Amino acid sequence: MHPALLGLITIIVGVGACIGYFWASNQILDKFIFPAKGPNAGRNINRANMIRPWLFLFPALTALGLYLAYPVVETVRLSLTDRDQGGAFVGLANYQQMMGEPKFWEALRNNMLWLIIVPAFSTGFGLLAAQLTDRLKWGNIAKSLIFMPMAISFVGAAVIWKLVYDARPPGTEQIGVLNAIYVYFSGNDPQQWLTIPFWNSILLMIVLIWIQTGFAMVILSAALRGIPEETVEAAIVDGANPFQIFFKIKVPQIMGTIVVVWTTITIVVLKVFDIVFAMTNGQWETQVLANYMYDKLFRANDWGVGSASAMVIMLLVLPILVWNVHNARKEMR
Amino acid sequence: MSGVKLNNVIKRYGATQVIHGIDLGIDDGEFCVFVGPSGCGKSTLLRMVAGLEETTEGQINIGARDVTRLDPSDRGVAMVFQTYALYPHMTVEQNMGFGLKMNGHPRSEIDAKVAEASRILKLDDYLKRKPAALSGGQRQRVSIGRAIVRGPEVFLFDEPLSNLDAELRVEMRVEIARLHKEIGATMIYVTHDQVEAMTLADKIVVLRAGRIEQVGAPMDLYRDPDNKFVAGFIGSPAMNFLNGKCAAEGVDVPGLAMTVPMGQAAQNAGTEVSIGIRPEHAQIVDGDTHVVELTEALGGVSYAYLKAPTGEKIIVEERGDERSKTGDRVGLRFDASRAMLFDAASEMRIR
Repeated sequence: MHPALLGLITIIVGVGACIGYFWASNQILDKFIFPAKGPNAGRNINRANMIRPWLFLFPALTALGLYLAYPVVETVRLSLTDRDQGGAFVGLANYQQMMGEPKFWEALRNNMLWLIIVPAFSTGFGLLAAQLTDRLKWGNIAKSLIFMPMAISFVGAAVIWKLVYDARPPGTEQIGVLNAIYVYFSGNDPQQWLTIPFWNSILLMIVLIWIQTGFAMVILSAALRGIPEETVEAAIVDGANPFQIFFKIKVPQIMGTIVVVWTTITIVVLKVFDIVFAMTNGQWETQVLANYMYDKLFRANDWGVGSASAMVIMLLVLPILVWNVHNARKEMR
Repeated sequence: MSGVKLNNVIKRYGATQVIHGIDLGIDDGEFCVFVGPSGCGKSTLLRMVAGLEETTEGQINIGARDVTRLDPSDRGVAMVFQTYALYPHMTVEQNMGFGLKMNGHPRSEIDAKVAEASRILKLDDYLKRKPAALSGGQRQRVSIGRAIVRGPEVFLFDEPLSNLDAELRVEMRVEIARLHKEIGATMIYVTHDQVEAMTLADKIVVLRAGRIEQVGAPMDLYRDPDNKFVAGFIGSPAMNFLNGKCAAEGVDVPGLAMTVPMGQAAQNAGTEVSIGIRPEHAQIVDGDTHVVELTEALGGVSYAYLKAPTGEKIIVEERGDERSKTGDRVGLRFDASRAMLFDAASEMRIR
């Protein structure tokens, strides 16, 4: 059968099943389990109404349980077992092994660096772009351009930037923009930028900053527009200069949004995988936790240590996630 | 302390001109109210004095200084906004001290001035609170306090009471009047509410479509308006206008079913006019020329809405125990010497 037809049938069956489930389960509840008639009609209606929300929640809870909660539990279990011993319980041995590996510490250290630099610069540039483009005639075009990287996948962005950092043999035309500029101004031989430790990590971070700045800008621009114009005018009359207005009047008023943007980007950063995987694969001291986990889990087939590193990522993300949700809720009020 | 002088001030947005050459002098210590319907340019004019809107042409002086091209903060003005415009992330104290802090005044001086303003406005209990924890009236007091602290030569109020409820508005009105007496600074106050204008002003400036219609003391505008617009704008309820025609023996007014004997009529015989009668200057008497369509009893006074034979509407104020009822057929009497005559075409007063 034609794949499009198959897809259509799948959609019809899926949506039909959803509608059928909600309709049938409510029918059964109202008609058979707690019918709204007979001597206990009032009590039955109340009971049916108490159960009804769970009918609606059931499919979502099942899916989340199966694909989110269960994997977490399973990862915890796997992190305490060893594959070579046929999946026997080994306690914290995997964690111990991981702690002993310099590559793990390198990944953790790099992740911390990513954690500080990427959210700070993305939010900073985003705020700057939001403020500067707000009053410009061509501001909307500038905004679209800054936002556009958001539409590119991480792997796509990694490929683009790999070309930017590309090096050709000395004496030939440099197609990498960075080397082209470097060679033109310094006259030295082109550099393999991605192999130079420390700076190569920074070069990888630039890719993510490039992607995330657009996100920060869009959210912060909306927040800046929400600031009452009169408070700015009052500050002008009060004699504040443009910098003071920005930092003492505008930024404090959108602090909540800044925190939400910052923490959202932080979570993205903690999970960063594609960029490192596609550009250096963790070589030359650029390893990060997610890529380390992938190495262990799918390359070395060591599910014990792989799961242990996954747990470390989760423990790092969790507090930031809680804070992020807390702040986002506060903003919504 | 110093007055304000506007000299042929013009404002254009691109090709659209909104302020058409305003000349106005406001004396030192005077309370001047700009009043007019929405869109008349009164707020724009105030913002031009504040420096928040650029002046396209003309000159603005505060005291002896030409401030036309100065930054708002260098003009010696302080502004109170309709929406309070308090900085939400600062306490009341920080809000009031912000202007001085930005201009690098020492801490002790800021504290002293904030304390003084808070004493005048009775804000001592709220100094550590944020604006969100204050009521509308308190917020507006803080906003006024912020203006006082800066010790400006001129206070600018942009419809400061419009966001308050009716009761609080009366209270704050009294407060602002008291403040003016206590501080004695020049104040410019924008409102569309003619009651605020009448009660607060030393001088009212009536604006329409970017032009001054008339300038004068409140009761002078009420008693002696220059044109139909001012006559209709000042006074509540508004003056009644009826179409008529001048003749030798007086003004023939079909809406009153009579000829009103007025001295000015003879030399303007044949001119189409509007005759203006204030609701408080007319009385309902026995007769059958008018029909009462509606009465509004406010307690001390009632307003009867009459329909004239020509279909024109007339509002009459009634006091005392005998008041008309809806559907009554009545007559109308008034003192012809208090009626005013306006040219129907130019709307100017015929004196």
